[in-house]
Amino acid sequence: MKTVIVVGNGMVGYKFCEKFRAHPANSAFKLIVFGEEPRPAYDRVHLSEYFGNQDAKALELAPASWYSDNNINLITNERVTDILNETQEVRTISGKSFSYDYLVLATGSAPFVPPIKGVEKEGVFVYRTIEDLEEMLSYAAQIKAIKPDGRAAILGGGLLGLEAGKAVLDMGLEPHVVEFAPKLMPRQLDTRSSNVLQLKLESMGIQIHLGKATNQILGESVIEGMDFGEDDQLDVDMLIISAGIRPRDELGKTCGLDMGTRGGIVVNNKMETSIPNIYAIGEVALYNQMIYGLVAPGYDMANVAANQILGNPEVLMPADIDMSTKLKLMGVDVASFGTPYMPAEKGLSIIYENKTKHLYKRINVSHDGKTLLGGILVGDANDYNILHQMYLNNMSLPENAEELIVGARGDGGSAFGSAIDLPDTAQICSCESISKGKICGSIKEGTCNSLKDVIGLTKATTGCGGCKPMVVDLVNETLKSMGKEVKDVICEHFEYTRQELYGIVKVKNIQTFDEALDKCGKGDGCEVCKPALASIFATIYNDTANKEDVIQDSNDRFLANIQRNGSYSVVPRIPGGEITPEKLIVIGEVAKEYNLYTKITGGQRIDLFGAELNDLPAIWKKLIDAGFESGHAYGKSLRTVKSCVGSTWCRYGMDESVSFAIELEDRYKGLRSPHKLKGGVSGCIRECAEARGKDFGVIAVDGGWNLYVCGNGGATPKHAILLAEQIDNETVIKYLDRFLMYYIRTAAPLMRTATWLDKLEGGIDQLKRIVIDDSLNLAEELEIEMQSLVDKYECEWKQAVECEEMKKRFSHFVNTEERDDNMVFVPMRDQKMPEPWTN
Amino acid sequence: MDSILSEYTTVDPTTVSVWFKACNVNDIPENGGACVKYKNKQIAVYHYKRKQTWYACQNLCPHKMEMVLSRGMLGDADGIAKVACPMHKKTFSLESGENLNGDLPAIAIYPIKIEDGFVYIGFSE
Repeated sequence: MKTVIVVGNGMVGYKFCEKFRAHPANSAFKLIVFGEEPRPAYDRVHLSEYFGNQDAKALELAPASWYSDNNINLITNERVTDILNETQEVRTISGKSFSYDYLVLATGSAPFVPPIKGVEKEGVFVYRTIEDLEEMLSYAAQIKAIKPDGRAAILGGGLLGLEAGKAVLDMGLEPHVVEFAPKLMPRQLDTRSSNVLQLKLESMGIQIHLGKATNQILGESVIEGMDFGEDDQLDVDMLIISAGIRPRDELGKTCGLDMGTRGGIVVNNKMETSIPNIYAIGEVALYNQMIYGLVAPGYDMANVAANQILGNPEVLMPADIDMSTKLKLMGVDVASFGTPYMPAEKGLSIIYENKTKHLYKRINVSHDGKTLLGGILVGDANDYNILHQMYLNNMSLPENAEELIVGARGDGGSAFGSAIDLPDTAQICSCESISKGKICGSIKEGTCNSLKDVIGLTKATTGCGGCKPMVVDLVNETLKSMGKEVKDVICEHFEYTRQELYGIVKVKNIQTFDEALDKCGKGDGCEVCKPALASIFATIYNDTANKEDVIQDSNDRFLANIQRNGSYSVVPRIPGGEITPEKLIVIGEVAKEYNLYTKITGGQRIDLFGAELNDLPAIWKKLIDAGFESGHAYGKSLRTVKSCVGSTWCRYGMDESVSFAIELEDRYKGLRSPHKLKGGVSGCIRECAEARGKDFGVIAVDGGWNLYVCGNGGATPKHAILLAEQIDNETVIKYLDRFLMYYIRTAAPLMRTATWLDKLEGGIDQLKRIVIDDSLNLAEELEIEMQSLVDKYECEWKQAVECEEMKKRFSHFVNTEERDDNMVFVPMRDQKMPEPWTN
Repeated sequence: MDSILSEYTTVDPTTVSVWFKACNVNDIPENGGACVKYKNKQIAVYHYKRKQTWYACQNLCPHKMEMVLSRGMLGDADGIAKVACPMHKKTFSLESGENLNGDLPAIAIYPIKIEDGFVYIGFSE
């Protein structure tokens, strides 16, 4: 039996043991591990958590029993002092000797203590081991006892230094971070992201001192302050040095291993040192002339060394080491990947910075815009996983790379299709080395049927858990691709999306709801599919709501909006908000005669409330006789096209906004759509019509109109987005015909234009291609369809009041002329209102 | 408010003492509903043509106590005939009266029969 001796029981030394013993060929080897510290290997990455709980066991990577269970002879508290490579032996501080066949050096590193005068004073600490922390804790307690507002400085504003800053904060002392470089985390962050991080940390009460070279530590025998030269001093009661690491390479010198000029034991891509059978891994190893101070490359090295010894020579260390990191520093997300920052000749960057929210995101892309080279995320690193995967797998970037960091249309929506677009080799869970192929495969092969199954089988997400969102996506998408998840269908009666149903109705020339149920649905329908089909019929045939009134939403069925007490409101169309005094008088007279509450609406028209069902036809008869039409305020249809007064009166007006608004409203009136539609026309960029808050908005500019689409007010307000610039009236109408028709055809029920655009693959650019460039070769068809709808327009209230059969609908009781005695009104400001609900 | 609700209770077909001649079958739209008045009660009547059946229930929606159920949309949930209130789309089984998408009190269901082109609703008082 051969003997492997591992010197060092840190994270990397432990990982070596784990990888070694997990290998099928391991039983032919005896494993002896030396640890200098009193306890078995623990998680140094999360060391600052020790301040919170002071539970060393919680940090343990494995309990002492794990070593004996795995036939590993762990000798702690025993430092190896010499390597005798001639005889293949090591000697320990207590004078014992051990023979080896293979020697693995995993001695790690020690904190670098700069040669500052006074650094030996009491109260100066390094930050590396649990013992260091214990000493710091008891010292801090002493200070606090005599000086409750005591201060502690951390020398070094790098990753570890900021971790130590958290520790100081937890100890209850005032933290000061002192950094020699002009920015925090100089290795990982560019200046701007560093500034953002600094602002955030300062807001948490951590004071940051940049560009400070410490000349000496002040105080007699105990630290009292730091001197930066030129009368620049900082009074502190304690100092934690975190100014980088130096490899623990002294053993290498004892046997003449090749060393780097600034330390570190030189290794090749097999982790072999210059002497046969001696390997070095982790922070003591100098690979590619570099010491890698991150745990992930250390783990890779452990795996390579284990495989080399166990006879798998093909397992090698890659030439390029991924230095990407994501961590939470004092609760702040900080991540960098690939090349975090670079000069412009190597790549171009897209930067989003929002100091008010302490957010910074940067991605670097190749000059051709196709590849992701690296990036930085501060404040929000939710996108790290997918960005990191895109970088690692050299995936092509979406057309608008900025959406990777600002989200599609800035609402946090994601521009990446999803994790499912990653190649099968992409490593999703780096803690457990689980690839995308393994996760998806486990479902496709039928081994797993749920997220729980996948986690149980692969252990993915059980390490740091950072990959969980991606694993969830992968599981859902894979299940979906196998038809195991319900698709976005209308309801239990129609297993189609609205767009699919639209196609079926059109192709099969389906005319009624029952026909639709018989030909492509099941059951009797419901309150979801009935209005959806009514809307589809309206889109294809421009039937008014009178044709099949029982499948209309209640408001469409009675051509009025039902209000709190079961009364209705009446809204005549006032195109563009323009109305003559004569028509105003008619509205007033009707309101008086039927005792209606009147109010100006947000869409520049007049709403008459409190009409009883029985009175609706008579009210509308009077309005229609005076030249009014239905305002379709009750429908999922065009409501109003709001306008400002425009160039006819306004001294700033660039064009006749009222005339154009009237033209547009008259064109699209009665148009049924998946949700309500609103438009606006402003005569200049002062935008008094609030056109950009509408589904379509037109604004007069020098040289024509700017056309904006897909905005809305409501619960989630959205500004409309520019579709075309400086176009004439005819072109506005042409583009609007195409845009509206395409939306009406493809949107889901009750989906407004803004949401629809968010879900449209390719977003506004794709919409521009369809509407302006006619990329789908659909433009003519869309224009013809719209024109046919425009030509078929009829006022449905006119239909209703002229037909005795239709009028029957507007009666509360069918067996008496009596009115609903349950409907109660109460007075309010000279008008009336429904009696308030009590429940 | 509860007092109006208490005026409506489901009538078992075996206990009907009065068959009220409510209206002509043509007064009720196919696959839709309308309201009839009986004494001080408002009863919603539906002609569920797809199932070749008729239903009668209280016109009062127990959610906001408005007389509107007759204006609701008919449909089915897993085969059970239902109506959706036009106010807030609360749905009720027309067979048991149960609120299908919430925990509102059940609505009262009344026996209904068609004879010689007329709609009759059964009451037990």
